[in-house]
Amino acid sequence: MKKPGLLLVISSVGILLFLYLPLMAVAFFSVNSSKYGLVWKEFSFKWYVRMIQDPYILNAALNTLILAVISTAVATTLGTALAIGMENFPWGKRLKSFLDSILHLPVITPDIILAAALVVVFMFLRKLMSIFEPGLLTMTIGHITFQIAFVALVVRSRIASIGHNVEAAARDLYANNVYLLWHVTLPLLMPGIIAGAMLAFTLSLDDFVISFFTSGPKSVTLPLLIYASVRRGITPEIHALSTVILLLTVILVFTFERLTRIQNRAKNNPAKGRK
Amino acid sequence: MKKNKRTIWRGELTTTGKLARRGWLFMSPGFFWICFFLAIPCLVLVLVSFCQREAYGGIDFTFTGENYSRLMGFGGLLGWTPDYIMILGRSLLTAAITTFFCVILSYPIAFFIGSRQGNSKYVWLTLLIIPFWTNLVIRTYAWFLVLAPEMPPARFAAWLGLIDHGAALYPGTFAVYLGMVSTFLPFMALPLYASVEAMDWSLVQAAQDLYSRRTRVFRCAILPQTYPGLSIGIVLTFIPCMGMFVVPDMLGGAKYMLMGNLIQQQFGVSRDWPFGAAISFFLMTITLVALIIIRKKGLKHL
Repeated sequence: MKKPGLLLVISSVGILLFLYLPLMAVAFFSVNSSKYGLVWKEFSFKWYVRMIQDPYILNAALNTLILAVISTAVATTLGTALAIGMENFPWGKRLKSFLDSILHLPVITPDIILAAALVVVFMFLRKLMSIFEPGLLTMTIGHITFQIAFVALVVRSRIASIGHNVEAAARDLYANNVYLLWHVTLPLLMPGIIAGAMLAFTLSLDDFVISFFTSGPKSVTLPLLIYASVRRGITPEIHALSTVILLLTVILVFTFERLTRIQNRAKNNPAKGRK
Repeated sequence: MKKNKRTIWRGELTTTGKLARRGWLFMSPGFFWICFFLAIPCLVLVLVSFCQREAYGGIDFTFTGENYSRLMGFGGLLGWTPDYIMILGRSLLTAAITTFFCVILSYPIAFFIGSRQGNSKYVWLTLLIIPFWTNLVIRTYAWFLVLAPEMPPARFAAWLGLIDHGAALYPGTFAVYLGMVSTFLPFMALPLYASVEAMDWSLVQAAQDLYSRRTRVFRCAILPQTYPGLSIGIVLTFIPCMGMFVVPDMLGGAKYMLMGNLIQQQFGVSRDWPFGAAISFFLMTITLVALIIIRKKGLKHL
């Protein structure tokens, strides 16, 4: 491809600035010591200190973390099993395309519809069991529902890229089912599983809509807290909190990129990528 | 897999029945989870949309098409009102305009990243991916800061006489579009970039050698080649845009209602689930139609 013209460079940088300007403004005002108005006073970390002393914020952070860890753990397990089940067995064409559309369902359904559907199903379940009161449990179930599909899709592409020669070789050497799964399949899939888990974790941290519909009064997460405080009036602590979440996202994205790049390199050149 | 035949599958001597049982053992937890918490609830949602609302927000299972006729504007106190249809139309319009701007802004950035070499490509790509993963609520409220009265954009608008001095640029249509486009831009730009990366540039070269005008080069040599990415981008932008409620809720003020806000209102303060379900079903139908149209068009171009 030829070298880009000056116009292309300027417009691209402009477009990226358009994406980053708001985020930079948040980071900028999070280290500003003035409480009211958007006027620069002096550099200070005091809002970060206030933030980690705020019991509401700490509680919400804890909820967010519990929710993300548990839902990611469950979704990664179920999603990986689903991917292995779909790819490693001789299914008929029709069953396969049916499974495929079920798998894509959580990806294409607008999240507000998933949220509405969950509200209705929890209402019915509540009549059977009282544990389905809106709270961390219902939120976790909601998150797992969309995470499974993303994990399965990532792991599936990993399965497709490694092929099944190693597995067939292990079979020839009399590996039984458990041994094959534990010592051959799972280790080979590990980069894909980790990438899928990180994707699921990030999705859970990011989610607002599902949490908003399924949360209870005691299960406030960070996005819900920020949303609520926007209604009440933003304080600089919220800027500090948002900046921390932003940085966390950046770290997660970088790690995820690294992983997928290593995986791609392994795909193109199997000898180099393996440890 | 009807008969239980002996077979060799990837180096294993087994029977088809055994394989099927083992395969289902792997799949069933995830498969039934999605069925139980998504596929079946969506069907229940359709069922609920034909029910009536009970006095205290419950669901009365007597079947009626009332929710749909209400959505079309009938059955209000004054006979026919266009309120809901206006909201549906506005959602479609907002989604279409947002998608349009995302396409326009995505092409330059996709080509730019495509033209980078080596490590610098990954840096620019990561810069595009980070907003994609940033929390929506944070990204939306961040616009409050940029559009605040003290900041240059609002001052400039006031200087031009577009708004009063000391007023903010939000809430309003302009702020909603800013928020929407910045939210969905990465969803369009990333798949488009993937297509640009796979493009055959000799076709563009050939078109230029044969003295095509630049618009013609784009229409005949670039557009068909980037269509796969473009169509994925449109799906990822248009469909979530229709159901979006965070951005219009925060940046649009009380008057700017989209379908997403309407659904949220029915499941929230109004506690009219059957009506909310009817709107959800309407949104689902539009989603499906959009997917089918895009898939058909995509086939035509291939």
